[in-house]
Amino acid sequence: MEYLIGIQGPDYVLVAADNVAASSIIQMKHDYDKMFKLSDKILLLCVGEAGDTVQFAEYIQKNVQLYKMRNGYELSPSAAANFTRKNLADYLRSRTPYHVNLLLAGHDDADGPGLFYMDYLASLAKAPFAAHGYGAFLTLSILDRYYRPDLTRDEAVDLLKKCVEELNRRFILNLPSFNVRLIDKDGIHDMEKISIGTK
Amino acid sequence: MALEDICNFKDERVQQLFPFPALETDSHDLELKRLKTSQTHCGTPQRVFVPPLRRVDPSEPPLTAQRPFPLSHGTTTLGFVFQGGVIAAADTRASAGGLVACPAVHKITPIHSHLVVTSSGSGADCMLWERILTREIRLYELRHKRRLSIRGSAKLLSLMLHPFKGTDVCVALTLCGWDKEGGGTGLAHNLDNSSSVTDASSSAPSSGPRLVYVCSDGARLQGDVISVGSGSPYAYGVLDGGLSWSLSKEEAVSLAREAVFRATHRDAYSGNNVDLFHVTAQGWSQRPREDLREEYYRDMERRSNRGRRRKKDRYDGE
Repeated sequence: MEYLIGIQGPDYVLVAADNVAASSIIQMKHDYDKMFKLSDKILLLCVGEAGDTVQFAEYIQKNVQLYKMRNGYELSPSAAANFTRKNLADYLRSRTPYHVNLLLAGHDDADGPGLFYMDYLASLAKAPFAAHGYGAFLTLSILDRYYRPDLTRDEAVDLLKKCVEELNRRFILNLPSFNVRLIDKDGIHDMEKISIGTK
Repeated sequence: MALEDICNFKDERVQQLFPFPALETDSHDLELKRLKTSQTHCGTPQRVFVPPLRRVDPSEPPLTAQRPFPLSHGTTTLGFVFQGGVIAAADTRASAGGLVACPAVHKITPIHSHLVVTSSGSGADCMLWERILTREIRLYELRHKRRLSIRGSAKLLSLMLHPFKGTDVCVALTLCGWDKEGGGTGLAHNLDNSSSVTDASSSAPSSGPRLVYVCSDGARLQGDVISVGSGSPYAYGVLDGGLSWSLSKEEAVSLAREAVFRATHRDAYSGNNVDLFHVTAQGWSQRPREDLREEYYRDMERRSNRGRRRKKDRYDGE
């Protein structure tokens, strides 16, 4: 139902998420933002079960901010991703596991850009590109075919648009618009929303 | 309830069943502790009651009360925002499986002068959680000398419902209200500060009409038009066609009535009457309850008149 995608370039990470908040067959919101800002250069994209997403993402968000307050410096994207995975793993075998699928995207001054794929079973993988949701089945092959590690920002946005076009053509659910953001050494930048009909 | 807690009045019999004090919103605990078996002093805002231990062994008797018959979430409630405030409308049928348990139920409840709540799901759960919400909003107001915003109230309710996720609690409330102050400071601001990067609604002025949907699954959605229940798809069909910001009060009321009427016509689990509330900066006001049977007959007559007129025109034309 929901869709997340991330593409890592040489010095940036491009991420996008759909805007639909659904309840059974009804779209309750068309402009819902699934990205959570963990710090100036880290974004957490979160989809999954209704209440779990917001609760878990806000919990991670507040803890990352607490770390900064206590220690005076921010968690790196890799550290934040491992912290998130640890929390997922801790709750996995409790009576109340969190059913959430995540993409964590960030830019570290030392390590450069990073995109981390996590799923509800608490697996973690650093990947050059990743996607979550049923839409991933349709778009991963496109990413496999056209991705290069030295993509420019415009080329990455074009690749993203190719994926969205494929979703609009073959996916049975209607995902009319997508939030797009780019993270680089200067922080998080909002980019133009991709909707049906943008070329 | 609130007065009891403030005066530290202890009713021994009730204490044995519900030995938990009201939640203290002064302490802030950033750790999200999932509730384990036994409860201790509830110091954190999230803990209100401890849900019963979920049974691991299926042969053991369940600790929650068994339902005597299947309860369905049959209802049509809706709310939308427009230039003249917020309209909240709902049907009045309480269904239990295929039975109309009560044809004249109040699904819209005023919480305070500028907040009205529409409920769907389990009637008993909604009634209880509305009272709990009223108590907590009132306690907040007494403690902090300012009224909690609608978004803050929604977040508070959502946090209180979170420990019960996965149990049989079924509550889907739409908070429809009017925020009075502009630019909140202090706790309420932190409570309703959105965590998403850009929240379209947080850029809107902080006073004015507000509509937030809170569900026992954990969902919390702010929107301009929300409809909940088995009749909601039918209601959305009517609302999406006629809704705009610049509607007059009469047009908005008539649209809400029409939406509930069409939903009750098609949905078996909604029906009987329609309740309508209107919330403005001056507070909420209630329209008298209307029987939809009359509306149905009027609609039938309108259709037959239109058909007759068209046939007459055709005859004249020939």
